[in-house]
Amino acid sequence: MQWHSIDEFFAMGGYAFYVWGSFGACALLMFAEPFLAKRRLSEVRQSLIRERLADELELQQKNS
Amino acid sequence: MRQSIIQWFKFGSPQSFYPLAGRMIPWFWAAAIAFGIAGLWISFFVAPTDAQQGEGYRIIFVHVPASWMSMFLYLIMAFWAGLGLALNTRVSGMMAQAIAPTGALMALLSLWTGALWGKPMWGAWWVWDARLTSELILFFLYLGFMALQAAIDDPRRADKAGAILALVGVVNIPIIYFSVKWWNTLHQGSTINMNKAPSMAHTMLWGMLLMALCFWMYSIAVALTRVRAIILERERHTEWVKHAVA
Repeated sequence: MQWHSIDEFFAMGGYAFYVWGSFGACALLMFAEPFLAKRRLSEVRQSLIRERLADELELQQKNS
Repeated sequence: MRQSIIQWFKFGSPQSFYPLAGRMIPWFWAAAIAFGIAGLWISFFVAPTDAQQGEGYRIIFVHVPASWMSMFLYLIMAFWAGLGLALNTRVSGMMAQAIAPTGALMALLSLWTGALWGKPMWGAWWVWDARLTSELILFFLYLGFMALQAAIDDPRRADKAGAILALVGVVNIPIIYFSVKWWNTLHQGSTINMNKAPSMAHTMLWGMLLMALCFWMYSIAVALTRVRAIILERERHTEWVKHAVA
């Protein structure tokens, strides 16, 4: 391992802004994208569940 | 033989692909995380300092995987789009639509990390060089594909229009790949060459390959999650969807 201290690791030999800017952008977008995809899936599932409940309610009212 | 072909067509139906995708997603996440941890460990703690670029070269461990995935995902997207156009299979168009945003993200990351690498090494965030320009065009092709699909209300027609755009755009992929050979560019040559041994340290190569595998597994996991959402959105009025979502 070439790092002698934590500070040296974060300094990245003077390239901290460029290295962490690159890895940081990847981390940020690669956390955000799955989150958005999962939200899209759960939104459509929620709306399908609501739709089905509405259908059932309608059926009950018709029968009573 | 015939049985296996029927099997493949079975998974071409949204009804059987939806649960299959759901079962596969956790495995791809597990693989992405495992490869990511190993890749990051090598990127920061095992790979030595570069003789010319110091620690700045470590951007390679995200820049190259993002660039590879941006090109590879485009080919996969065009493949599914073309398959949908030729065979009229329903899941194909949905797959193409699910891959596009992830491909655009990879192209954006490739450009972003490239700019952050170019500034300290070349002295410029951006140059109108063949490699950079063709990658920018790839990013716009993804955006164009997504915009075109979003602009057409009927999903089947949107798939067809998108497929033609995706297939025409494939011509850009070899242009990106060979740009460093065909033109004099500021961008360095390919890191891995089929004809000769890689010119970089083995640990650097391993770090890059592991990170590429991580990005690859990530892309599959996200695209499968998105395709499940698209399947439900498009098939919401069918009987099976009403039963599938309990």
